[in-house]
Amino acid sequence: MTHIQLQNLEIKLGEFHLRDINLTVEEGEYFVLLGPTGAGKTVLLETIAGLYQPRRGDVILKGEVITQFPPERRGIGFVYQDYALFPHLNVAENIAFGLQLQDFRSLFGDSRKKKKARLNSQIEEIAQMLSINHLLHRKPKTLSGGEQQRTALARALVVNPQVLLLDEPLSALDPETREDLQRELARIHRELGTTTLHVTHHFEEAVALADRIAVMHQGRIVQVGAPQDIFRRPASPFVARFVGARNIFQGMVTSAGENGHKTFAWDGLEFSVITKLTGPAHVSLRPEDIILSQVSLCSSARNSFPGVVTEIADRGAFIYVTVKISSPSPHPQGKGIASSSQFICMITHRSREEMNLREGSEVYVAFKASAVHVF
Amino acid sequence: MPSLFSDKRRLAFTILGALLIFFISWPILRTLTSNSPAVLWETLLDAEVRNAILLTFSSSAIATAIAFILGVPLAYLMARSTFPGKRLVEGLIDLPIVIPHSAAGIALLMVFGRRTLLGKAFGLVGLKFVSATPGIVIAMLFVSLPFLVDSAREGFEAVDARLERVARTLGASSWESFWRVSFPLAWRSILAGIIMMWARGLSEFGAVVILAYHPMVAPVLLYERFETYGLKYARPVATLIILICLVTFIALRMVNKRREE
Repeated sequence: MTHIQLQNLEIKLGEFHLRDINLTVEEGEYFVLLGPTGAGKTVLLETIAGLYQPRRGDVILKGEVITQFPPERRGIGFVYQDYALFPHLNVAENIAFGLQLQDFRSLFGDSRKKKKARLNSQIEEIAQMLSINHLLHRKPKTLSGGEQQRTALARALVVNPQVLLLDEPLSALDPETREDLQRELARIHRELGTTTLHVTHHFEEAVALADRIAVMHQGRIVQVGAPQDIFRRPASPFVARFVGARNIFQGMVTSAGENGHKTFAWDGLEFSVITKLTGPAHVSLRPEDIILSQVSLCSSARNSFPGVVTEIADRGAFIYVTVKISSPSPHPQGKGIASSSQFICMITHRSREEMNLREGSEVYVAFKASAVHVF
Repeated sequence: MPSLFSDKRRLAFTILGALLIFFISWPILRTLTSNSPAVLWETLLDAEVRNAILLTFSSSAIATAIAFILGVPLAYLMARSTFPGKRLVEGLIDLPIVIPHSAAGIALLMVFGRRTLLGKAFGLVGLKFVSATPGIVIAMLFVSLPFLVDSAREGFEAVDARLERVARTLGASSWESFWRVSFPLAWRSILAGIIMMWARGLSEFGAVVILAYHPMVAPVLLYERFETYGLKYARPVATLIILICLVTFIALRMVNKRREE
């Protein structure tokens, strides 16, 4: 069931100009908006929350147009990147903020004593869930980043929002805390099932959490899909780069091969691909899908080219190796004619040692036709 | 923190700064110690002096209250909104600081005087400004409101606007987000502004004397004693006024300090 829908939204605020935003988030879905800094993601969230009015278009919540509703009538929770906790209130009072407003509204509710007891048990429950029950009397500025973010989550969740909006909730945290909290977000979403819209510029974070991802670029949504879709089949060079495909080429597809294989020609290099497209196209190839070897691997499914290592970039857990294609390939399907093309490949420390790789080493790069995504 | 004498530059700065401190404190100390307590007590028993001091305190308090009611919303708008002519408004608020206060008094007289439109209108409800307490209040209000408005504006500027937005998403109306978030967070600055404005109002002479020589506020009374009887008679009054202002000012600052902790 469609929970929240954005229809032809156009938002202009300062330097941000968002156009043609159409998006549907299903009930209980964990939806991630992915895009580089400055893509206008925060502004979009704030518009959904009702903090800004769009120029055009509508925000629809469970079939009801809420574009004109003030934020307090929407029931949409919001968590900012740097938590935005109320500095004059302690953790418990921060969490109680929304609950007290609700109580304040219900004139004919229970007695004050009963309300207070209920308030305390609600605070206790959500604090337990986020493991901050030992911090209830602390002021926000005495908390660590992770603790502050847990408090901000508790404050937003305790009022049972219809939709939870998270604006870069993990970006200000150190890597270890970030992973902790990422797991926590996944667990909370499993337990509460709150429809969640999470904004980030970290692709890994998006893949780890999202049911579906929308990629934003220059104020537009450029691709929507399941994480693996976006990861494997980026729809544009921008998305390909953003998800770390590293090897993105522009060239020409000609239908030459048999059993669905076609040939992609680019910069004097030809290799086989599997696609329905013909004519000018882009291809993307992930660095981890390329195999480096010292001898040519002449399997039929593989494209293989000889080359020279020009750069080795150590990333700690793995290594990026840049290979410049040097001479024509011995493989029939990979006809390399004096090319300036280069591939970026990912290898482990162990295979670097085994192959004794250094800059200037001669190697073969090989990849399956099916690993190449044509768009 | 390095000591004040840790190197030659610090030493030089310390000496220059000390000269200024000396310049303020010496005359005040000299005045405070120039009268025996017995003379001061006698001065305090003088009804004219007492009334003048009470009138000064209460007029300045009323002026501050008016500035609070009208000025805090303005301060909020200046901190949070952009509107055409915002810089003009900012300049206008600070204008009373730069114009001579006697000129400010004349300017007020032109608008609130007996024969002016506004003067007549207020006269209908029995409010007159010339030679009356309301005149003292508006003179004090005019010259000292920048202190409260500016301080409150700085207070609101220091409050992250997103805190209000979060409050809205948690169910607070626009008013509630102000009263529960922005106002409490800016309160310290507002209070500092209240203290400064009130203290500044107490000391106002130029604008007040033009609108209302009578009833006499403390600075006017002091001036009159000096002009009529000379230094000897003016001195105990000056001592008393400085003493009372000093005590109140220190007390208020301590209250404010305690709130900060």
